[in-house]
Amino acid sequence: MTASALSLATPTMQRAAGMPSFWRILEITGSYLLGVLWVLPLFYAIWMAVHPPAYEVRFELFAPLTLQNFKDALNAAPFARYFFNTFLLISVILVSQFLICTLAGYAFARFDFRGKTIMFMLVLVQLMIMPEVLLVENYRTIVRLGLLDTVWAMGLPYMASAFGIFLLRQVFMTVPKELDDAARIEGAGPITTLLKVYVPLARPIYVAYGLVSVSYHWNNLLWPLVITNSVTTRPLTVGLQIFSSPDQGVQWSIISAAALMTSAPLLIGFLLFQRQFVQSFMRAGIK
Amino acid sequence: MTRMQNSVTPWLLLLPAIVLLATFTHVPAVMTLIDSLFTTPRGARPPRFIGAENYMSMLSDPVFLAALKNNAIYALGTVPLSIALSLLMAVIVNSSLRGTTLLRMSFFLPTVLPMIAVANIWLFFYTPGYGLFDQVLGLFGFQAHNWLGNQDTVLGSLMALAVWKEAGFFMIFYLAALQQLSPTLREAADLEGAGRWYFFRRVTFPLLMPTTLFVMINAVINSFRLIDHVIVMTRGGPDNASTLLLYYVYNTAFRFWNTSYAAALTMVVLVILASIAFLQFGILDRKVHYK
Amino acid sequence: MSKKMMMWLGASLLTAAALVGPARSQAAPVEISFYYPIAIGGPVTKIVDDLIARFEKDHADIKVKAVYSGTYPETLSKSLTAFKSGQPPEMAVMLSTEVFSLIDEDAIMPFEELTKTDDDKKWLSGFSDIFMINSQVNGKTWGVPFQRGTTLFFWNKDAFREVGLNPDVGPQNWEQVVETAKKLTKRDASGNVTQWGMQVPSSLTSYWLLQGYVAQNGGKIAETSGTKTYFDSPEVVEALQYWVDLAKIHKVMKPGVIEWATTPKDFFEGRTAMITTTSGNLTNIKNNAPFPFGVQILPEHKRRGAPTSGGNIYIFKGTDPKKQEAAFEFTKWLTSAAQSAEWSIKTGYIAPRNDAWETDAMKAYVKEFPGAAVAREQIPYMVPELSTYENQRVSRVIDDAIEASLTGSKTPKEALAVAQQEAERILRDYR
Repeated sequence: MTASALSLATPTMQRAAGMPSFWRILEITGSYLLGVLWVLPLFYAIWMAVHPPAYEVRFELFAPLTLQNFKDALNAAPFARYFFNTFLLISVILVSQFLICTLAGYAFARFDFRGKTIMFMLVLVQLMIMPEVLLVENYRTIVRLGLLDTVWAMGLPYMASAFGIFLLRQVFMTVPKELDDAARIEGAGPITTLLKVYVPLARPIYVAYGLVSVSYHWNNLLWPLVITNSVTTRPLTVGLQIFSSPDQGVQWSIISAAALMTSAPLLIGFLLFQRQFVQSFMRAGIK
Repeated sequence: MTRMQNSVTPWLLLLPAIVLLATFTHVPAVMTLIDSLFTTPRGARPPRFIGAENYMSMLSDPVFLAALKNNAIYALGTVPLSIALSLLMAVIVNSSLRGTTLLRMSFFLPTVLPMIAVANIWLFFYTPGYGLFDQVLGLFGFQAHNWLGNQDTVLGSLMALAVWKEAGFFMIFYLAALQQLSPTLREAADLEGAGRWYFFRRVTFPLLMPTTLFVMINAVINSFRLIDHVIVMTRGGPDNASTLLLYYVYNTAFRFWNTSYAAALTMVVLVILASIAFLQFGILDRKVHYK
Repeated sequence: MSKKMMMWLGASLLTAAALVGPARSQAAPVEISFYYPIAIGGPVTKIVDDLIARFEKDHADIKVKAVYSGTYPETLSKSLTAFKSGQPPEMAVMLSTEVFSLIDEDAIMPFEELTKTDDDKKWLSGFSDIFMINSQVNGKTWGVPFQRGTTLFFWNKDAFREVGLNPDVGPQNWEQVVETAKKLTKRDASGNVTQWGMQVPSSLTSYWLLQGYVAQNGGKIAETSGTKTYFDSPEVVEALQYWVDLAKIHKVMKPGVIEWATTPKDFFEGRTAMITTTSGNLTNIKNNAPFPFGVQILPEHKRRGAPTSGGNIYIFKGTDPKKQEAAFEFTKWLTSAAQSAEWSIKTGYIAPRNDAWETDAMKAYVKEFPGAAVAREQIPYMVPELSTYENQRVSRVIDDAIEASLTGSKTPKEALAVAQQEAERILRDYR
């Protein structure tokens, strides 16, 4: 780690070598404690998921491990299908977002036209007012389009992502003019320039945005809940919600197993590609 | 200098985005306003114009007032706490402590989990007696507490969950900002014998202002947008002590089928979000000039 | 076109015609959708799928597509959503109490329009009277009882033995409940309660449990006409006060709103010695209680009383008449004696027809597990469930009042007065 703005080892302490001060120890333990506290819920969920119901609240070290909870969860609801639906959903959304936001970002970055500022302001409105806030009306629109209970219904409101347009506009604006001119000299039209020059240069942003989008839509509940009805379209989040609602005795171990299954892909992806994940989010956030 | 083309190309490029945004953001917003002025169509009865009646009912609707109050408390509680915690985490992760990668992972982990999965797990944690919290507190001699079944603690319980979920996400932005700060500043301060806390207060924090603003806006939006945990854990109870505005909209529209009242409620949420947007652009502009 | 191509084209056209022709003369099976909720634990989806497979074997001209649609409110939501968008499911299992809301939306058909033969009429009249009250409005039957339940009283026999009570007899009236619960409430050295005497869940549809107390107190919570409630009547206030006092005055119940979902677990863990919960939990408790338990009908006060609950099968308007017929066929089959008994045995719901109780399968089951008969014992004392127009809203209003009373933020009298006012406001338009 490079020298940080708030280093936890001040010069004074460095001078008093060997004897870490009381505050220092407190800080260090505090930091680790915070870290442990933060993962505790997840560990507990894993504990509940891999032990039989009788051990949900008994923490005996050698309690029997079991995969029965996962089996029961899979039997009780078609999670495999839900997985498929979710994959389909995020893929459709991601591809569409890339397409639509690239075109729009390019337009804002490299063209001058009457009403450009107003258009941009209108786009930014979506940053504040997300489709799920306009639940009721959007639902009506979907019904009128005859798209109720389809992947398109879940995805359309999000495909023109203000965040994506904003990010891509930023990055496109940083592309040096010389490359643009060089392309023009070679006779490339605007679309070709876009594809050959701008898009490749924006790759890190695409990765960053992709991760943000996948995360967001994998975890999205409210809109899909309202707009889907059948097993063939329902994503994991809605499946989990419906699954854990019975108002008679719920089995926490099974629900934990189901909850973990719902989170697993992102979780595993994150654990494996932690560094890239974090870097991407960082890049996405830098204004 | 930007390229000057015939003015058709940019519009063509923008077309898909504009169509979608108009269909799912702008037009619905206007329609919501219109719908709020009519009654709900039911079976045989078509909608009729009632003007501001919905808004008048809202003022005397105890559930709406509760939702408004709850959302305000919820926002005022989660936002500063998320900001403070995420900043603290970023500082910890950015320090020369051992195992910061592991710490970074622990802090960020809740972000990749779906709120619905997390809410279900935390529902069990809050169970009186043998839920995780009561078990841990029990070790210290505290009595079992009905966290979600008590009006005084239910909102706080939801807020704790929200902060746990979000702080790690905001940490990343602070981390990025911290890593961009020049180390020469710190060195210069050291030379002058500036204390750590003093340095943080006078130099670091002000320099982090843009990030703080960004985090704050996001946290506020989330406090209105994210209601998954209300759906799972409390359904707004007990006695509407944990009802949030968007949850009330959802219930009114999709449980009670009172779509016109739901439209009026949505208008309130829109107005709140729009005001926050104006605030952001206002302050942002000032900051830009300031820099 | 070359000659070869012409021959190819001709051959393909003929083949196509050959395939389409006979196919068109054969009747394709009528497809219907069946939306159903799951409000109990267990492999209900499997049970439903098995039933459907058997039905389709006997009825080759009907195909049933079963759609699991979540909880009761979610099923209502999904069905109405589909209906409003012009594509209703042909049939759905929804709460019996939603009948007024569904009529108001003009979404369902009365069964009298579908019953034609004498057999049909006999089938329709075979349902137990008590369950029909929530199914009939203005002399027409709008839904047929399918999965009904009631509340039962369970107690931990070991806990009874421990404090010197007769483990085979549960408390029989309100006073005895309090006395027994006081003996069963255990506290540790620092005064914290380790075992509560009594637990009544209140986090969901708490009005349902209140109805039990109201019936035992000789009162009524609402008219069956769907337009008038009696939330602030003295009987109802007294009933709620008794419930609240269990925690507030007698201190034998956990304070605050108690979660349904964890009540059985609380029982198993010994956190409470007696509970009231739905009959649908009978199988769950039978399988998972680590101690011998007793089950009985609810204790009485001025008289015996208990609420009913559960779902009816409704057939939607606005679908193809052939599909409506098919849905009707499936409904009849699903609710006939044999299937009714099977459904009851496998899920723990109460069979809503007398002839179901008389089947051999049911008789054998009751012999092997007498607990199953307790619900039937309670039938004479059951009262219809709260059911009004805008039912979701009205029931939410009374639920709020109950929650407010249990958490102590209002007294039962205050809370119910407010609830009655709200209910009046909502129902005024429907009179």
